Amino acid sequence: MIALLLRDLRLAVRAGGGFGLGLAFFLIVVVLVPLGVGPETALLSRIAPGILWIGALLACLLSLDRIFALDREDGTLDLLATAPLPMEGIAAVKALAHWITTGLPLVLAAPVLGVLLNLPAGGFAWLFLSLLLGTPALSVIGTFGAALTVGLKRGGLLLSLLVLPLYVPTLIFGAEVARRGAEGLAVEAPLLLLAGVSLGALALLPFASAAVLRVTLR
Amino acid sequence: MSLLSASALSVSRGGVPVLDGVSFTLGAGRALVLRGPNGAGKTTLLRTVAGLQPPTAGAVDGTDRVAYAGHADGLKAMLSVSENLTFWAAVFATRGIDAALDAFELRELADRPAGTLSAGQKRRLGLARLLVTGRPVWVLDEPTVSLDTASVALFAEAVRRHLGQGGAALVATHIDLGLPETDTLDVTPFRAAPRAAVQDEAFL
Repeated sequence: MIALLLRDLRLAVRAGGGFGLGLAFFLIVVVLVPLGVGPETALLSRIAPGILWIGALLACLLSLDRIFALDREDGTLDLLATAPLPMEGIAAVKALAHWITTGLPLVLAAPVLGVLLNLPAGGFAWLFLSLLLGTPALSVIGTFGAALTVGLKRGGLLLSLLVLPLYVPTLIFGAEVARRGAEGLAVEAPLLLLAGVSLGALALLPFASAAVLRVTLR
Repeated sequence: MSLLSASALSVSRGGVPVLDGVSFTLGAGRALVLRGPNGAGKTTLLRTVAGLQPPTAGAVDGTDRVAYAGHADGLKAMLSVSENLTFWAAVFATRGIDAALDAFELRELADRPAGTLSAGQKRRLGLARLLVTGRPVWVLDEPTVSLDTASVALFAEAVRRHLGQGGAALVATHIDLGLPETDTLDVTPFRAAPRAAVQDEAFL
């Protein structure tokens, strides 16, 4: 399991591994938004939490189809399935590797990019915390979607369509935590719901992904 | 002692039955060569034996003793030869890739990225992976594709050594490997009668 995680991380940082793809996309979205909506600071600071969350979500979506498709193409997935690793463990490790290479850089970059959108000073900690809680759910749900579409050639469009509705609760509660935090309101309710969504996804979806992988490998 | 056995095995591919009622036992030190024309169902049978898909009827015993090598070698182009082997050794919780490097003469290529190898060298690396799995039953699907004569001899030697150490091998191949202790199973007589599976599909 640890070997699989280390291999995925090593592959991600080597040439063509796709590390930084999501981060670069996130950076581009956040830099372009002020150019698109104009330099009005009051407007920017009002939409900042939502834009940062949507940017992070789309950046995450961008790299999902790599999770299993590359291993499927070169036959590694078949060989892993015959290895003494539980399929649930493979799905969980894949999601963890995706989070470390995509989710975690987004979490760390978001407060820095918040400055560009004039995020109110009180909102930085909540933005950071909401992304830290929410991005693992994005990775786990995305891994489930990737497992569903792994048998399809060019399954990227279907993957996006399947995963986006599942991302909605995370987006709503995550952006709500960041918005309320930025405006100095109470954040307990959306924060607890966001944590609930993440924990539920983390607990259940590796099993669902494993079941789906067994079917798609046939 | 039987390392791998199948009894009255029926397999299907994409919902279409391909083989019906295949039975065999494979003991230590034995090799079984599968023969049959293209599309006869050799690959499907091997995938079922390796546990990648469930049989439609019958049972396989010994799936957890199988090291499977299919058409794809499962190599990562950006990892070096030794990194690829070390990864599989870690996955199968075995130690040491030296024996595998030597058996397939990969020592000089150890630091080359797998993506820069030739097709035959990749295949040799894919077969070397079998040695690091430490599993007794090798299930091989066309293992000699893109190998030159010298490499085929290396491979045959590796299989012979594996059988000598109490292993077993189930090989789908069209060429004669010159192995001792070999049985041959022609899958052609087990071809499933084509039947309309359309109405079953509608309920899936």
